[in-house]
Amino acid sequence: MKYSYYPGCTLKNKAKVLDRYARSCAEVLGFELEEIENWQCCGGVYPLGNDEIATKLSSVRVLNEAKEKGQELVTVCSACHHVIKRVNDDMKNVEDIRTRANNYMSLSEPYSGETTVLHYLEVLRDKIGFDKLKEKVVNPLTGKKIGAYYGCLLLRPGSVMAFDNPENPKIMEDFIRALGAEPVVYPYRNECCGGYISLKEKEMAKSMCDTITESAKGFGADMLITACPLCMYNLNKSAKETLPVYYFTELLAEALGVKEEADEE
Amino acid sequence: MSHRDYSGKIKEISGVNPYKCMKCGKCSATCPSFNEMDIKPHQFVSYVLNGDIEALAESKSLWKCLSCFACVERCPRDVKPGKLIDAARQIVVRERGGDYLSADEIPELLDEELPQQLLVSAFRRYKR
Repeated sequence: MKYSYYPGCTLKNKAKVLDRYARSCAEVLGFELEEIENWQCCGGVYPLGNDEIATKLSSVRVLNEAKEKGQELVTVCSACHHVIKRVNDDMKNVEDIRTRANNYMSLSEPYSGETTVLHYLEVLRDKIGFDKLKEKVVNPLTGKKIGAYYGCLLLRPGSVMAFDNPENPKIMEDFIRALGAEPVVYPYRNECCGGYISLKEKEMAKSMCDTITESAKGFGADMLITACPLCMYNLNKSAKETLPVYYFTELLAEALGVKEEADEE
Repeated sequence: MSHRDYSGKIKEISGVNPYKCMKCGKCSATCPSFNEMDIKPHQFVSYVLNGDIEALAESKSLWKCLSCFACVERCPRDVKPGKLIDAARQIVVRERGGDYLSADEIPELLDEELPQQLLVSAFRRYKR
């Protein structure tokens, strides 16, 4: 199966490993990620104003590229996923945004939200299947107690993201189980890490992340996993209870036995 | 623009109908920035209804909201306080030249691990 792939700005820089492991694991699992040519940054946060059009166009471009190729669009970064999925929903359901965005774009055929946007974890769950993934695991992560950190962007608003139950998700726990490790469910797994507040108000983000890591540690986690480079950064800056934080793709690569190979690339 | 006009503009940008709010306070209870905010999420609605936009525009809360959508997800009346505060923030940065972040500040805020995503996100929220 071949998918269009949108890596996003940070996966080309500070989060190169998130991208690299995603690609090598896709190979092992039998799907192909075809990077969209000349993609542009999604902007990192979804423009909330109903009258904002220009800031949504980079997402519309990438969505339309995937549509023209007849492919579903895969993302890995939580923020890119959030922005592109919400813009797609606007293009499908909000007439004013659809009309004005299409006026800007002047495409050969108007874009109306036809593309399916999938997060990499959704590909694993819905296309590959966690049972199938489990069969491909050669280095089961036996004995590891892993806390899934969802954060906000993958889950909310639940009506648009439709990723999982926004208050009691289980996709990452199922993923952890498929890798042979033990998921640790803790109350703060879907609370905010502080997001962009950490640029100017570092103490605020720190105190939020302290609450998250303390909660995870208290419930017995040895480590956390995330899909988001900004969550990763904020959690690593947390001062009090430091837990190692990994990208979910890194543990996937380890379990599938392709980590070293990917590291050499 | 008069305060009444700003009130209308906030409703237009956010698409929020403040009359739907029943003041249950769930948004404030769930907000991770509650302690840092001078005007609390459940109060945004009243400021918009009363046309007290000056106070809202000068509020610290504009810059403390994380857009985490906890208030939006958990509101039993679908009022979306997070969208209201974003609309107030938009009015400040669009019309009043009230950027909260300038490019000149960036060098001293950087560190080795800081992801690009943080810079683009902050610029989009804090600057026109």
